[in-house]
Amino acid sequence: MFWLVKREFWEHRGGFFWAPVITGGVFLLLNIMGIITAEVLGASHGIRFGASGGLQRVIADMDAGDLSKVGMALDVAMYSAMGLLIVVLGFVVFFYCLGALYDDRRDRSIMFWKSLPISDASTVLSKVVSATVLAPVIAVIVGIVVGMLQLLILAITLSFHGVNVWQLLVQAHPFRVMFNLIGYIPLYVLWALPSVGWLLLCSAWARNKPFLWAVALPVATGLLISWFGIMGLFNLPMTWFWENVVQRSLFSVFPGTGSLFGSSLRHSTGNVENLSFMDLGSTYHLLASPDLWIGVLAGAGLLVAAIWFRRWRDDS
Amino acid sequence: MSTVITASGLSKQYKSTLALDNVSFQIPAGRIVGLIGPNGAGKTTALKAILGLTDFTGELNVLGFDPRKQRDKLMGEVCFIADVAVLPRWIRVSEVVDFVANVHPRFNRAKCEAFLKRTKLQPGQRVRQMSKGMIVQLHLALVMAIDAKLLILDEPTLGLDILYRKQFYQNLLEDYFDEHKTIIVTTHQVEEVEHILTDLMFIRDGKIVLDADMDAVGERFIEVMVNADKADTARQLKPLDERQVFGKSIFLFDGVSRDVLEQLGEIRRPSISDLFVATMKGTYA
Repeated sequence: MFWLVKREFWEHRGGFFWAPVITGGVFLLLNIMGIITAEVLGASHGIRFGASGGLQRVIADMDAGDLSKVGMALDVAMYSAMGLLIVVLGFVVFFYCLGALYDDRRDRSIMFWKSLPISDASTVLSKVVSATVLAPVIAVIVGIVVGMLQLLILAITLSFHGVNVWQLLVQAHPFRVMFNLIGYIPLYVLWALPSVGWLLLCSAWARNKPFLWAVALPVATGLLISWFGIMGLFNLPMTWFWENVVQRSLFSVFPGTGSLFGSSLRHSTGNVENLSFMDLGSTYHLLASPDLWIGVLAGAGLLVAAIWFRRWRDDS
Repeated sequence: MSTVITASGLSKQYKSTLALDNVSFQIPAGRIVGLIGPNGAGKTTALKAILGLTDFTGELNVLGFDPRKQRDKLMGEVCFIADVAVLPRWIRVSEVVDFVANVHPRFNRAKCEAFLKRTKLQPGQRVRQMSKGMIVQLHLALVMAIDAKLLILDEPTLGLDILYRKQFYQNLLEDYFDEHKTIIVTTHQVEEVEHILTDLMFIRDGKIVLDADMDAVGERFIEVMVNADKADTARQLKPLDERQVFGKSIFLFDGVSRDVLEQLGEIRRPSISDLFVATMKGTYA
């Protein structure tokens, strides 16, 4: 299994590794550019932050509550790096799954893979692992590195203005942020399963244009149900369908959607004020929701179907 | 001698065509079998059935396995090169060697590297940067390093220049084949495999029309060059085929005794391609 996943990494080095690295790089670059712009504009308008230790005094005057806000802002800076990466990760995983069992059929290299003593089940599962574990782990590691660099850049900038950097940095919770991000991965595996299953199934089944099938099938069904709904026929559960079938089958590969349109946020005890809704204790509330587990079951079923098609699809 | 493949009553129906029509045959170990037939005769379907890549009706036993149910185990003992372009284009030489070495229990890495040393392939080279000939060299190096019992080649030399083609079969014979291995090869370039085959199978419209070892083929089929004056006598013996060369007629006979034919003219062993053309007459008509 290790080698199968490694094989996936070789094939998709671009998406799994370079995409987050480049995104992170661009993110940092934009930040630096923004800071430089601010400095230049500030200098040209004669605004001089804390040159005489003014800013330092402001900080010294802050009470503990204010300081924790500063810490929170720094945490947000770290999360924000991750946020961009998460969007990229979502797209990478989405298209990876669509191509995973299709591209090798198209270029006939499936004949080579199938000449090796590897069961179709392990082939498909290696792709699930690549999509739900390998890709997010790389993205999170890159995200943490980028987040740290981001903090460092802020710290250095501030230190030019005579602000005691360490005093601020101890207010941030880089390790808590890291822990939350890494800890989110297992939840992502479960949450993304229906999407991954559906996309892999389309990838293994479609004779051509898996993207079209993967998107058109649930959307068309949804539209049909809505149409009947509008005419008042059959009384089909249209909102339910859009929320639980269309969204879950297509968008669950985007991390964090579990907390967004899953039920967790509504029951969340988390508090936006101190970002505790990102804590595992709160994200893992999702485990209590039947939505998640039904999705896992559906995903497993779709994967079984994908394995079956991988085994018997014969179009060469 | 043990039997590698036993097929009985093998059939495969595609939407409108019958690709395999109740085919039965046996292939013993230690043979090199040429599976030869016109386009669309069912060669590839037969190979895919043997490899468990397609469903079919009938009984098929390959090395003691049912290819439909035990494909994973079967593929530990079987190798195949299906066509020139099946290695994934993104992979590097070093990666594919690493990968096969780690997933295939019967792969001998040192052997593979020795084969690769004889070629111009570089470890960092990607398949997409290689010529067709080099891709086949790589594939062959991988396959020859696997100690498999059965090797299946489906048009392995399609699109290669003559140097690569000669080298391909030479490597196969010198460094790979032995009495424990069996090779099944399909090709349109019959002349090239003619001298290495031990058995011949002709397939036409999903049926096996000839299944014999090369010695038997040599005894059964005889070509005679007959002068014009004896041509009518020859025609009465019901030849498979007749063609004219330099004012003489060349007749191809199936199962007519050698003594009788020697009286008609100079006899010789027909080439497989002539035999093939004669057997397949009217296929596309």
